[in-house]
Order: sequence, then C-alpha cells, then structure tokens
Amino acid sequence: MTAEPAAAAPAPGILDAEEAQRLRARRRAAIGRWLLPAAIFVAVIGLWHWVVAANQIPHYILPGPGLVAETLVKDFGTLAPSWGVTLAITFMALALAVVFGGGLAILFTQSKWIEMSFFPYAVVLQVTPIVAIAPLIFIYVESKLVGLLLCAWIVAFFPVLSNTTLGLNSADHNLRDLMTIYRASRWQRLRYLQLPAALPYFLGGLRIAGGLSLIGAVVAEFVAGSGGIGSGLAFRILEASYRLNIPRLFAALILIIVTGIAIYLALSWLSWLLLHRWHESAVKREA
Amino acid sequence: MTAHETRPSPAPAGEAAGRPLLLAMEGVGKIFGRDTVALRGMTLEVRQGDFISLLGPSGCGKSTALRLIAELIHPTSGRIRWSDPAAQGSLGVVFQEPTLMPWATVADNVWLPLRLRGRSRADCAAEVGAALELVGLAAFARAYPRELSGGMKMRVSIARALVTRPRLILMDEPFAALDEITRFKLNNDLLVIRQKLGATVIFVTHSVFESVFLSDRIVVMAARPGRVHAELAVPEPYPRAEGFRTSPEYAAYTRAASEALAAAMGGVPHDG
Ligand SMILES: Nc1ncnc2c1ncn2[C@@H]1O[C@H](COP(=O)(O)OP(=O)(O)OP(=O)(O)O)[C@@H](O)[C@H]1O
Ligand SMILES: [Mg+2]
Repeated sequence: MTAEPAAAAPAPGILDAEEAQRLRARRRAAIGRWLLPAAIFVAVIGLWHWVVAANQIPHYILPGPGLVAETLVKDFGTLAPSWGVTLAITFMALALAVVFGGGLAILFTQSKWIEMSFFPYAVVLQVTPIVAIAPLIFIYVESKLVGLLLCAWIVAFFPVLSNTTLGLNSADHNLRDLMTIYRASRWQRLRYLQLPAALPYFLGGLRIAGGLSLIGAVVAEFVAGSGGIGSGLAFRILEASYRLNIPRLFAALILIIVTGIAIYLALSWLSWLLLHRWHESAVKREA
Repeated sequence: MTAHETRPSPAPAGEAAGRPLLLAMEGVGKIFGRDTVALRGMTLEVRQGDFISLLGPSGCGKSTALRLIAELIHPTSGRIRWSDPAAQGSLGVVFQEPTLMPWATVADNVWLPLRLRGRSRADCAAEVGAALELVGLAAFARAYPRELSGGMKMRVSIARALVTRPRLILMDEPFAALDEITRFKLNNDLLVIRQKLGATVIFVTHSVFESVFLSDRIVVMAARPGRVHAELAVPEPYPRAEGFRTSPEYAAYTRAASEALAAAMGGVPHDG
C-alpha cells in the first residue's frame, strides 16, 4: 500500500469518513432491529427445549417447544374456529371503539356542555375493572357474543375517546383564529382543521385500543366461562387446563400472542402510512 | 420631551388625504379581565393604499389592535367604523409564526381561504399558482411545510394571505423570528408585492428600521396602558429599493422614530 496524499480536496462522490461511519452504523441498526429479537427468540426456544429435555419434565407440566408446535398443527382444526371467534370479537370491539370513541370525541368538541356532562362517566367506565363488571353484563345480556363484545368495547374505547378529544382540541390557536377570520362554518372547522390535527392522537389511541380489545375479548370470555358453540380461545385455554392438556394450552396462548403482535404491527403500519408525509413522529430525520 | 411626541403627523404631501377612507378606529379601548387595560383610546384612520406600521415595546397593545380590526375580539369602548362593509370581509392575515397546516402541501395551505369559500382545488389552481409565483415559491407547491426553511414558510403564509386578493392585510410581527438577511429580502419583496396588488397593510413590528423602510405612516405606541403615543409620516415615494436603506433620509427617519419610541418607553431619547 502506498501512503495516501496528506490533504485531498473534498470531491463530490467521495464519502466523508464520518458520514460513512454513520451510514454503516445506521445499516447495522436496521439489521439489528430484526436480527437481535430473532436471535433472542431462537435462544429462548433452545433453552426451553434444553430445560425440558435435560430435566425430563413431563409434558403435562411443561411441554417442549417441539411438542407445542406439533399440537398447534394437530389441534388446529379445533383451535381455528375458536381463534376465529376471538378475532371476530376483537375486531368488532375495535370497530365499535373507533366509531363510539371517535364519535363521542367529536360530539364533545362540538359542545363543552355535553363534554362536561358525560366525560366523567367515560372515566368511570375506564377505571372499573372489566372482570368486576363482566359477570353483571353476562347476567343482563342474553347473548354471550353481545356480552363479550360489550366487555371488549368497554376496555378498548377509552383510549380512543380521550386521545381523540385531546387531539381535536390541540389545533394551533392561530389556525383557529384564521378559521374565524375566514368565517369557516363549524363543519369546515372540523373537517379542515380539527380532524387532521387530531389524526396523530387518534392513531396513538387506536394502537393502544387494538391491544386492549384483544385483552378485553379474552378476559371477558374467562369470566363468561361457559363453552358450547361460539367459544373463543380463552375457553380453549380453560378447557385445556381442566384436562391438563398443557400442550394445547400453550398452542392457544401462542395464537393469542401472534394475534396481538399482528394487530400492533398492522396499526403501526397504518399510522406510518397516514402520517409519514408530515408528522414528526413518523418522519425519519435525513442527514 | 421631543417635538415628535406632540406634533401632529404631517399629511404625506396631500397624497394620502385624497385616498378614500377604509376604516377608522374611534377611541377604541380594550380591557381584559377586570383591570388589564390592553388598549386605551386608540384613534386611527386607515386609508386605501396605506402602509401603516404599529411600532412599540412589548405589551403596548399592538396585537390587540390587530385582533380588534380582525374582529377576533370586540372593543370594550369606542368603535371601529368600516367605510366599506365589503372590505370588512376581505382580510388577509399573517401571524408571527407561519401557522401552516403541517398535513397539507404548500399549495393546499394557500388554497385554504378559497376552499373555505367552497371553491374546488381545480377551480383555484390558477389563483393559488399566481399567489405562490408572487412570493417566489411556485416550484415548491407540492412540498410539505416541514421541508421548508423558516423564511420560505413565512412566504407561504404571505401567499395564503394574498390569495383572496384582500383589501386589507394585517401582519403581526411576521418577520420577527427570521435572521436579518432573510428579513431584508422579505421586506423588499413585500413592498414589491404590495405595489403590484395595491393592497392596504397594517404591519406590527418591534423594529424601527423595518417600520421606516416599509411604511408611509408609523404609529408609535406606549405600554401600560397600551395607547398611541405619536404618529410619524415617512413621505418617501415607493418603490423603495435597497438603496433607500443607506440614504441619509432613511437615517433621519430612523432617528426620529427611535426618539419617538424612546419617549414612548419613558426613557431619554438617545442622540443618534
Ligand atoms: N387574551 C388576553 N387576556 C388577558 N390579557 C391579555 C390578553 N391579550 C393581551 N393581554 C394583555 O394586554 C396587553 C397588550 O397585549 P398585546 O398582545 O396586544 O401586546 P403587544 O403589543 O402585541 O406585545 P408583543 O410585542 O409582546 O406581542 C398585555 O399586557 C397583555 O398581557
Ligand atoms: Mg403581539
């Protein structure tokens, strides 16, 4: 190797050493973001397998990962309809949370009096543990499906309501003055100013609500307890635990976890899709 | 006490007197809460084509005066008389911050005032394009505000105020947050645009230099309570170019305005 010239004039196309370093670091971070969790995953599964095999733990206490995977495939015929029920309740509850949470928030911003009257009761619904009201709901509501839906909705709607309310009121004061100066109607103000301003807040609430509606759907079914047609994954877990069918219990648990992760990722992606053009939270700093 | 404080403003060479009255503030006062006198007995005649600067220390009621004219708030006493009710609804406003909608492109931000009148995007495309052309941002129509520099954002804000072809433009320290180079550039451009549109402007500023360069009338205000202290005329013909900034006349006007401002603030006028 020959010695490099001491001072070369910076030419375009030649990467600055610091910049190159930064780019490398960023590329490494991008890979690490996926690789590291995957490595941890593999390590934990390996450890799990090793603990079970080395100590010869019976499968009715702790099944190994291989057996769980096998059960998941073998019992999928039984688990799939239940999974479908849980999914249906989760998504309906989430949809109701969006409609009623968002709708109520819009109503609140249209009238301070309505907000003052009803907001405290939304808080009451929020702070009451769902397991404590679920039994009552199942007494008064005939249909189990409706009862489950109601429980999941109660858990999920508050983040949407409170976040959207905050967002609708967070519009820039000068922009509001501008609307007044241009004599915008109530509807125009809502459509052109308040709703777009509330969008990032709403999406934040939605992401929380997505997880909560799944939790609500599962928890409510634990309380409801009874089986029969239209039973969700929670009932399969209860059933498996009565019968000491621990591998199936794990399989059902895995389906719930996968669902939760998928909902989170989907809503994060939706959020990115809607905000990445303009909102700071979704904008990657360039250079 | 300086001579400026009490001397009535000399009519700018019989020119302003001939122009029709746009609006008149008649002893307008505003009290916030129980005892915050933001403005007391403000009397001001605004004629068509005027470029009026409101110059004064913080808290002297400059913003309050603009908000009163924009009807965002209403006078506690006195009244604002519009000589032409049609002009009252024809207002453009520029705030200290650019106040753009971050979720909308530059073109859509400029479209807003027309959109609020129920006009479609396609229908306004020419007007929006012309307004952006006027502030030199035609190439950035599809950009989002976060992609622009502070000065460019302010230009968008000005384009939005101009797009309705308002009779009166209210500007509340629009360039205060910008660096001096950008401010001078925008000052020059503002005068050119104003000339083209023949609009009337009321411009709030802290800067003596800015007020002298831009306006033909400077209203010097005093605080606690907010009130008009003196009015100075700058009977210098438009267009004013960069050369005006270095002329002896400019220096004389700024000295006079500084003295009036110092007197308004209760200090001794510095000898310029
Ligand atoms: N909404 C309000 N409620 C109460 N007091 C107010 C309100 N708006 C303004 N004031 C008071 O009125 C006085 C004048 O305020 P104003 O904003 O008009 O001053 P300004 O000349 O624009 O000052 P600055 O140069 O700092 O912007 C100040 O003392 C201010 O505290
Ligand atoms: Mg102000």
